[in-house]
Amino acid sequence: MPNIRLENLVKRYGEFQVLHGINLEMKENEFTVLVGPSGCGKSTTLRMIAGLETVSDGEIFIDDKPVSHLEPKARDLAMVFQDYALYPHMDVAKNMSFALRLERRPKAEIDAKIKDVAEMLGLTKFLHRKPGELSGGQRQRVAMGRALTRNSGTFLFDEPLSNLDAKLRGQMRAELALMRQKVQKNMIYVTHDQIEAMTLADRIVVMHGGYIQQQGTPEELYKRPVNKFVAGFLGSPPMNFLEGDLADVDGRLCVQGQGFCLALSDERRQALANAPRGPVTMGIRPADLTYAPDAGDNTALDLRVVVSEYIGAQSVLICDCAGQKVEVELKSDTPIALGETLRFAANAQAIHLFDRETEEAL
Amino acid sequence: MSAASRANRLTPYLFLAPAAVILAFALLYPIGYMVYASFLDWSPSQRIGEADFIGLRNYTNLLQDAAFGESFWVTIKFAAVVVTLEMIIGVGLALLLDRNIKGMSLLRTIFILPMMIAPIVVGLMWRYMYHPTVGIFNRTIKSLGFEEGIPWLSDSTWSFIAVVIADVWQWTPFIFILALAAMQSLPRSALEAADIDGATEWQKITLIKIPLMMPVLIVTLMLRLIDAFKVLEVIMVLTNGGPGLSTEIVALRIFRTAQEFQELGEAAAMSNILLMLLMALTIGMFFYSKLQEARAARMRAAAEQEEAH
Repeated sequence: MPNIRLENLVKRYGEFQVLHGINLEMKENEFTVLVGPSGCGKSTTLRMIAGLETVSDGEIFIDDKPVSHLEPKARDLAMVFQDYALYPHMDVAKNMSFALRLERRPKAEIDAKIKDVAEMLGLTKFLHRKPGELSGGQRQRVAMGRALTRNSGTFLFDEPLSNLDAKLRGQMRAELALMRQKVQKNMIYVTHDQIEAMTLADRIVVMHGGYIQQQGTPEELYKRPVNKFVAGFLGSPPMNFLEGDLADVDGRLCVQGQGFCLALSDERRQALANAPRGPVTMGIRPADLTYAPDAGDNTALDLRVVVSEYIGAQSVLICDCAGQKVEVELKSDTPIALGETLRFAANAQAIHLFDRETEEAL
Repeated sequence: MSAASRANRLTPYLFLAPAAVILAFALLYPIGYMVYASFLDWSPSQRIGEADFIGLRNYTNLLQDAAFGESFWVTIKFAAVVVTLEMIIGVGLALLLDRNIKGMSLLRTIFILPMMIAPIVVGLMWRYMYHPTVGIFNRTIKSLGFEEGIPWLSDSTWSFIAVVIADVWQWTPFIFILALAAMQSLPRSALEAADIDGATEWQKITLIKIPLMMPVLIVTLMLRLIDAFKVLEVIMVLTNGGPGLSTEIVALRIFRTAQEFQELGEAAAMSNILLMLLMALTIGMFFYSKLQEARAARMRAAAEQEEAH
């Protein structure tokens, strides 16, 4: 399957520049997820790969062949659209076979292909229905089916699940993951939902403001975000950020802030030996705080519990730390009362530090 | 049931009453009057009460009247030809002009001008242009070196063509405007999907755009068909039905039956026949679209039910 490479890709609408030189390489059979808030340029990037938007500058290579001047049909792609983009006047079978019929493939081949894909997606019963006669989830499947019937090298997905309700979205996400195992193709998937990104991707590309912020495996991005944006974007509930100062206290390197002073691990101290002392932003994930009434002063935060959100096995506590908001995720059976100030130990390995000015990770 | 709740139930009907009254007087009364008149032998000198009731004789006379049959045939031929031409040219223009060109809005306004001119004026304009010696068409033909001009309004074949051209000129913009609106509200993403599926521009038009515009086009077609069956002024000014009966469409015949032959009952009967024809067309279309919608809604409901389990 082809190898896709974006080189210095730029998109301008008149004076307004929405993409600032995107460099990206997608390896064979990789599931790449472009994720970011709305307006970050992820959909534009995908549409430029598809050939639905013109390229203002830079180049797209498919198997080292520049394609930015080619029509979409010459790029060997299949795409699933956010609103499914089914042909409303054709039944499911006709929708799925449209591309093959345009290529004038033999009827027997088309029928066999449709039968296979319909079986895989559970659409066999609906082959003679029109899109208007299907539910949202079924339409979604038809859109996938239409992409699958073509033997394209690359699959593009433009927020395919965002029009579904929460329950169905979860179900389709699992089906997608399953389909992913059966279909070895390049897949490029755009979403604003970080859970979809984390669960589906081989590689996540986080975008913001027309720039790539970071790319890597979900685990890399989760554990070692390169800046505050990536750290805050991935993970649910999101990472807590506390303002403080990097300072040496009693021979240990600490983050000192209003109402807390946390000691960093030895490795961090060595790594940051030459870093300037002064204001930093500290990040810690809600799951890296644990209820520990007996923890030592330099390893824990004292938090006043303001709200408790019961989710089931887990609860999320929204707490106050001398005026800054901190969320804690913990088992629901932990004995907690609202309004109390309690001590939560912070996992020293999981403390992230960001430059206050540039927001880059230290 | 208490008085208060009964009053409550009646409230909506109270609010509907004025509209119902106006409808009854403005719509049902004239139609009823016309239907009644079609059973009478009635001349303009009589009051309606004095006319003789002759049952269905007006209708049976019409069915045996060769001239009426000829009129009817001319009307159908005229409607079929103009509406076909207008649909092809109107939709074709819309397809060509569905893009962002500078000055497009001005161009569009110019395109719909003919529709806004009063039909009498259109008739007069074209009559001058068709004039055998000073009309622009024949002068152009002669200046190109041809001996003879075309007998636009004096030959039975050419006069039919002449009224068709005038009508096409005036009403193509109507279809153009509606087709353009339909085209611009087509789902963008379906067309993009077709791009990716490898459709050429022509295939996108024939396989996606036109089928998706079909509901609007059918309504447009019906509106034009109804109008074409009733067209009067332009033809009256251009040919007044002649030469012979070659351009005498039913509306013109009705007008002349009432005005010249003073046969109000027969004119009413003709109007009724025309009305029934148009009603049949409209009702047929209405039920067809209702049926389609109901079927789609039913199947979608079933599908959603299934999914919920």
